[in-house]
Amino acid sequence: MSEYKALTLQGVWNNNPALVQLLGLCPLLAVTATFINGLGLGLATTLVLIGSNVTVSLVRNIVRNEIRIPVFVMIIAGFVTIIQLLMNAFTYELYLALGIFIPLIVTNCAIIGRAEAYASKNPVGPAAFDGLMMGVGFTLVLVILGGMREILGSGTLLAGADRLFGPIADNWTLTLFTTENPFLLAILPPGAFLGMGLLIAIKNGIDARIAAKRATVKQKATRARVTAET
Amino acid sequence: MKLSLSSSPHLRRKRDTGQVMRMVIYAMVPGIAAQCYVFGWGVLIQACLAVAAAVVCEGLILTLRKKNVERALSDYSAILTALLLAVSIPPTLPWWMTILGAVFAIAVAKQVYGGLGFNMFNPAMIAYVMLLVSFPAAMTMWLPPAGLLGGAPGFIDTVSLIFTGFTQNGYDVTQLRTLVDGVTAATPLDAVKTGLTQGKTYSELLATPTFTTPVIDAMGKGWGLVSLAYLAGGLLLIRTRIITWHIPGSLILSVAIVSLALHLADGDHYASPVFHLLNGAVLIGAFFIATDPVSASTTPRGRIIFGAAIGFWIVIIRTFGGYPDAVAFGVIIMNMAVPLIDYYTRPRTYGRAAPRKPQGGR
Repeated sequence: MSEYKALTLQGVWNNNPALVQLLGLCPLLAVTATFINGLGLGLATTLVLIGSNVTVSLVRNIVRNEIRIPVFVMIIAGFVTIIQLLMNAFTYELYLALGIFIPLIVTNCAIIGRAEAYASKNPVGPAAFDGLMMGVGFTLVLVILGGMREILGSGTLLAGADRLFGPIADNWTLTLFTTENPFLLAILPPGAFLGMGLLIAIKNGIDARIAAKRATVKQKATRARVTAET
Repeated sequence: MKLSLSSSPHLRRKRDTGQVMRMVIYAMVPGIAAQCYVFGWGVLIQACLAVAAAVVCEGLILTLRKKNVERALSDYSAILTALLLAVSIPPTLPWWMTILGAVFAIAVAKQVYGGLGFNMFNPAMIAYVMLLVSFPAAMTMWLPPAGLLGGAPGFIDTVSLIFTGFTQNGYDVTQLRTLVDGVTAATPLDAVKTGLTQGKTYSELLATPTFTTPVIDAMGKGWGLVSLAYLAGGLLLIRTRIITWHIPGSLILSVAIVSLALHLADGDHYASPVFHLLNGAVLIGAFFIATDPVSASTTPRGRIIFGAAIGFWIVIIRTFGGYPDAVAFGVIIMNMAVPLIDYYTRPRTYGRAAPRKPQGGR
């Protein structure tokens, strides 16, 4: 079971596709103007990741090494098409809001990266779980960034939830404050870059805290360089 | 006998950072006084707000970073940044926007990069652009200068405008900007920009009451006075050798040349050099903003290139871009190019041959 625990830790924190690998930044920065947009793209990416990881893992012994990349790309493209058609059918407004970034999931390096680095070398179970955890890690960042930008920029949270969850979510929108002067910077692209930098800095800060706590054994200070005996 | 060894530099300047920054602040006094005369008390109130916010923010972050707060605050750089921001924004901007801008300048544009000396961009201009991009309507709401609409609002009215959005009689900034005939008073740059897009010619626009026809044709009423006051302060800075002539000189010359070329090509659609130089922030930008010792180029030849490029961008963005003024954009664009400029303009070290030209591509 420790394999799965390690995969969880890797996907969500230590090797988070957005915060550490910095993969898939283009959709990440482009669609996170609201919480729901982030969640929608995150879920779509997660489903593609799981599907492609499972399939790649199943065919890993059949596909010859020389042609593995084209095969992986075609598998990923197939799953992206499936997701795109599903979203077109069931969450049409969200499909319109995310626009080109749904088909562009196929170019998300995090997906082919996992296919190449993990799924093509491991059995189906762990590969599927790895896809799930990488997707969860990616989705978490999308959702946090989207939430931050939505709160700062328009003072709401979960606006447009009905696009993803249907009519039951009609009144889920939380209005935290209303203003005549919305903080446009948060919604515009610079806000995405600033927010992303902030999230990475927070993660690195937490990591540094943890590392400092772990290093309880204090080493005796030694002189780095001795130039002369005095 | 004891011979002490110390590393270079052996010839030290007499002034430390705090003194230089204070001199720049003193040199801003004529300009700030002119702004008070033309636009009322607003600029002083904004300056107090911005300075207080910047100093508190700098102190907090330095405490967090476990640095020497007293020493860092005594270099006056945070105060200068806040002042530069305060004179750039409209005098009746809501108080929280000013504070947000000052905090952004110190926290994001300066301390995140490592504090004074490490900031790649001019903090005041980053804050100005942040505010302009976030609140485009509020950031372009300048009250008409004194003499155009019966004088600037009084002290109490200004305070009330900044903190509540209304004067004591219940007027907001938009209403105060509306002239008797229902036309909104715009800044000179704005008036010409929108006028030209509406199909009027440049000389028709100069005949409007926004401009002072008797003295110099293209000088905006009130605005020209402010620009000239900053010019005086800037010349004082050069005279006291706080700054060199390279950046302001090349910047002003470049604005003049580029706008003259456009104006000669089509005088009906492109404004004259006098218009570009005396309206908006070109003169304060040339002497006080582009010369920031941290984010500007440091070599003599580099400074000339740096200033000239800023001047070029100012005219181009003013003429063809979406915003009426472009000093902040020009400065920030060229801040990005400073490492490159400095690399290619390194001066020859005394006693050595000229540095070899870096190997080009191919």
